[in-house]
Amino acid sequence: MMRLPPFTYVAPRTLADAVTALAEHGPAAMLVAGGTDLYPNMKRRQFEPTVLVGLRGLRELQGVRGSGRDGFTIGAGTTLSAVAAHPGIAREFPALATAAGLVSSPQLRNMGTLGGNVCVDTRCNYYNQSYEWRRAIGFCMKKDGDVCLVAPGSPRCWAVSSSDTAPVLVSLDARLRLVGRDGERTIPIGALYRDDGIQYLARRPDEILTDIVLPAADGWKSAYLKLRRRGSFDFPVLGVAVAVKLEGDVVRNARIVLGAVASTPRPAEKAAAALVGQRLTPELIARVAALAAGPSKPLDNTDFTHPYRKKVTRVFVARALRAIAGLGGGAAVEEVA
Amino acid sequence: MSKNQFSVIGQSLPKIDAWAKVTGETRYADDLFLPRMAYAKLLRSAHAHARLRAIDVSRARALPGVYAVLTGADLPPVKFGILPVSQDEEVLCTEKVRMVGDPVAAVAAVDEETAEQACRLIAVDYEPLPALMSIEESLAHPDVRIHEYGDGPNVHKNIALQFGDPEAAFARADLVREDVFFYEGNTHLPMEQHAAVAQWGADGKLTLWSSTQTPHYVHRVLGRVLDLPAAHVRVIAAPVGGGFGGKTDPFAHEIAACHLSRRIGRPVKITLTREEVFYTHRGRHPVLLWIKTGFTTQGDITGCHLKTWLDGGAYGSYGVASTFYTGVINPVTYKMPVYKFESARVFTNKPPCGPKRGHGTPQPRFALEVQIDKAAEQLGLDPAAMRKRIATEPFTKTANHLTVTTTGLAECIDKVVEASGWLGKRGGRPARGPRRRGIGLACSAYMTGAGTAIYWNDMPHSGVLARADRSGSVAVLCGATDIGQGSDSILAYLTAEVLGLAPKDVHVHPADTALTPVDLGSYSSRVTLMCGMAAIQAAERLKTALFKAVAPKLEVGPGALVARDGKIGVPEDWDKAVSFARAVELGEAMHGVLAFPGAYAPPKRAGKFKGGGVGPSPCYSFSACVIELTVDEETGEIEVHDVWIGHDVGRALNPLLVEGQVEGSVYMGLGEALMEEQVFRKHLHKAPSMLDYKSLTTLEMPEVHTLLVETDDPEGPFGAKEAGQGPLLPVMPAIANAVYHAVGVRIDEVPITPDKIVKALEARRQGKPARVGPDRIPVFAFKEPVVVESAFGQPADAIVTRPFQP
Repeated sequence: MMRLPPFTYVAPRTLADAVTALAEHGPAAMLVAGGTDLYPNMKRRQFEPTVLVGLRGLRELQGVRGSGRDGFTIGAGTTLSAVAAHPGIAREFPALATAAGLVSSPQLRNMGTLGGNVCVDTRCNYYNQSYEWRRAIGFCMKKDGDVCLVAPGSPRCWAVSSSDTAPVLVSLDARLRLVGRDGERTIPIGALYRDDGIQYLARRPDEILTDIVLPAADGWKSAYLKLRRRGSFDFPVLGVAVAVKLEGDVVRNARIVLGAVASTPRPAEKAAAALVGQRLTPELIARVAALAAGPSKPLDNTDFTHPYRKKVTRVFVARALRAIAGLGGGAAVEEVA
Repeated sequence: MSKNQFSVIGQSLPKIDAWAKVTGETRYADDLFLPRMAYAKLLRSAHAHARLRAIDVSRARALPGVYAVLTGADLPPVKFGILPVSQDEEVLCTEKVRMVGDPVAAVAAVDEETAEQACRLIAVDYEPLPALMSIEESLAHPDVRIHEYGDGPNVHKNIALQFGDPEAAFARADLVREDVFFYEGNTHLPMEQHAAVAQWGADGKLTLWSSTQTPHYVHRVLGRVLDLPAAHVRVIAAPVGGGFGGKTDPFAHEIAACHLSRRIGRPVKITLTREEVFYTHRGRHPVLLWIKTGFTTQGDITGCHLKTWLDGGAYGSYGVASTFYTGVINPVTYKMPVYKFESARVFTNKPPCGPKRGHGTPQPRFALEVQIDKAAEQLGLDPAAMRKRIATEPFTKTANHLTVTTTGLAECIDKVVEASGWLGKRGGRPARGPRRRGIGLACSAYMTGAGTAIYWNDMPHSGVLARADRSGSVAVLCGATDIGQGSDSILAYLTAEVLGLAPKDVHVHPADTALTPVDLGSYSSRVTLMCGMAAIQAAERLKTALFKAVAPKLEVGPGALVARDGKIGVPEDWDKAVSFARAVELGEAMHGVLAFPGAYAPPKRAGKFKGGGVGPSPCYSFSACVIELTVDEETGEIEVHDVWIGHDVGRALNPLLVEGQVEGSVYMGLGEALMEEQVFRKHLHKAPSMLDYKSLTTLEMPEVHTLLVETDDPEGPFGAKEAGQGPLLPVMPAIANAVYHAVGVRIDEVPITPDKIVKALEARRQGKPARVGPDRIPVFAFKEPVVVESAFGQPADAIVTRPFQP
């Protein structure tokens, strides 16, 4: 069987100790929360940390506080199962509960955390392979090599943002609290992500993501649709997160964010702007869905063909909007989600 | 015999090993730990096709904790392979590698991590050769030879058989269809990765524990490649955590473990990683098929001509048999008076294909069943009624000289048609929204055991030894391996039935070549029938001996006695019946040790022409399948709602087990139909993990309605036929036909994926044919056909005298 490489596991009991441990070990250290993504990746030698700083013992990272009216603060160490099952989140931010409940399998959602999913490594089917496989093909720039095997002429890595919750949180305008050696800061979640398959997070090396902060629900409606081969287990190869603020039947504000079609959650800004001030008619939805497919630029490095993933982008955006508008086609949306 | 004459047979009982399996008591090969055991790893080729210039193992040997490093140069220069005609594999490659994953060196070390590290320190100097990754590439490059043997450059096998005159048959037809199909390769995906432990003892004798479906064949190969008399080799089959045909060959890792154990004087364990299992493969061949069939307006088939091209991968494996199987079984299902079959297996630089559940027959089954669906539509016939009309007659021969004994196909069709509400659902439906429902049907037939062994011989295919113990138990020794299908349980049920015991009173010993009589192995759906017949014979002999000893005690003739409820006695005077344990005491006092053999070999029915040995079987199972699903016209996504499957199992020895086999077959068939693909990119397996190689999860599993049909076949044990493979076969074409019914597009390719459906729907919108599938076949010269008179419709003997079964 594939075995884990040797490493030292540090188990701090407080956030302060965790920050100190992370700073002390420098680049040799990585954080681990649920470990559902990290450990298999270590077996394939995608990561070779000599120290793991475990976050499981930190009670500060646990739990959901707040309300729909004031917004929720979700500890980064809250499991995906807990987020999916939280009645307040399910009521006020259904897209987040849906996305958390669609990550991988029930067993892994019981271990995996929201913070882990927000920070989850980008994926590529030239990269998520064993050491022997990657060596046989000559390695890629994300680990051990210097070319991108998806786009060999490209100077950058095109690994895919594969978080279900990230596009939803971007569409909900969530903020993140990060704690590091020099104190803490709160940033909009959009500022966390960089459009690069390798340096996909703007998190400083000494920082720990502690909280995900959702604003007041305030009339926003949300939906998330996920494309994957199977009803369980699979990472998204397309995620569509839509959030719309309605006043009566007029759209006052809207965000559409695409997951798994770029190295970062990709906002479809033109499409969202086209909604504002309008009624959610079937004609408008069709036009906006076509616009939203524009920024969807998948490459051939996940499951399914990339032209297919692009085609489904339009379908899913339309379905998410129809569900929010309460139009027909909602049933299909629910079955897909 | 009617059901109520049985005490054990026909009851839904848990498997005898169910408790051990679910509580974790079962010790698989990887659970074995021996004192001083070392761990082995194979270094595998990173090149698909390359000459080996040099291998430097010095750094690996110097690594602390490494016991030994072997290369091909350290081993006897002998090739091996499962079929005598395809001895083309090396334990460790010496001159060249033919696929990524070919083993080039073997390491034994103190632990697995060290062995793996040592493999990474081995430097191999490869001279890359052009890699041929498809049928078309291999045929187009005869200058690049993957092997030096075979029926032509990169052609492993080229066959052609003709029964009757196809041109005349097509001239008689009202409709002649020609269709081309492609069936992508896929793999077995057993839960257990292959593992083996070799112990070359200080006494110079070797024991190998292995997760194998064929301990006897592994024994024979070890006796040939190890420089050790077979008499000093013992192969013990560990419980197999899923085989499906993937553990049916002798493997390099098994032999390498033996060599390493000899070299270092320690037991050696080797366990493949999941990735290695994908490369070890021996799974479903990718097959390109061309099929031409003539139909009358009533739906009768006048004749059929089938051409198949198999992408065999880098080695022979069972490939010669696979080649025949892509053609020989189709005529068993339907009346097909004239038949021509041409096939070629092509070598490519990919992992070798071999036997996967249904071995070679799902691909031509897909082609025939989808073509019949298309023909039915053109002829204005109901696809179910048409198939029922053309089902083969019992106790007749097929065009290609196979004997059909009983057939319950018509009843299977009736059952699935009724249960699914077929007639009501086939009509037009209101189309609203993007989600369209459809319902499709397909049928199939499969062998109950291959009529010939891997190597020609006149010995039994299966042997059983039944030994009665003074405690009142009976030990059953048989070389069959339980790969999860429940063969150990079947041996216990049959023995218990004959001797009037409970299954728990019967101990079934695992296959052990030093102890158990030979059984050829768990493949070709042969075990229940062949071991079953041998077990019945052994138990009957034991019973006769016991009756002979009990009779004088009860002062009656042996003919007056019966064995039931753990006793032997006279039914009319049951109070005086003696316990089975007492009967054994009386028996031992009279006869000495009570150990009786049973043996079975299939009736000799091989056609008297070259190639006539592949296809004959004691009897055939039949299946009919209806699938209802929804297709999303916008995304192409398929949701399967219900599968109704009627299966003629002859007799359900244990209905619970039969249903389990049927459901497992449906599960595997749905995976093949909808998503599984063993595909390669830049010469490497594209997705060698259980996350990325897509196979169904429980969430995709629809409701399966199993409808058993019993035909009480005279060839089977208490009338039983196979259930482990046949029910897989109709699933893939039933999906294709249901998709067509739902959205009107033909996906003439497996797997049937959302992107292909979207593509076909787009083609239709653009006025092009609403179809995704191959549209051309290779330019290829098949062999001059062996022309034989069609035996179609000839009466076949109801019961043939079987060897060893007086």
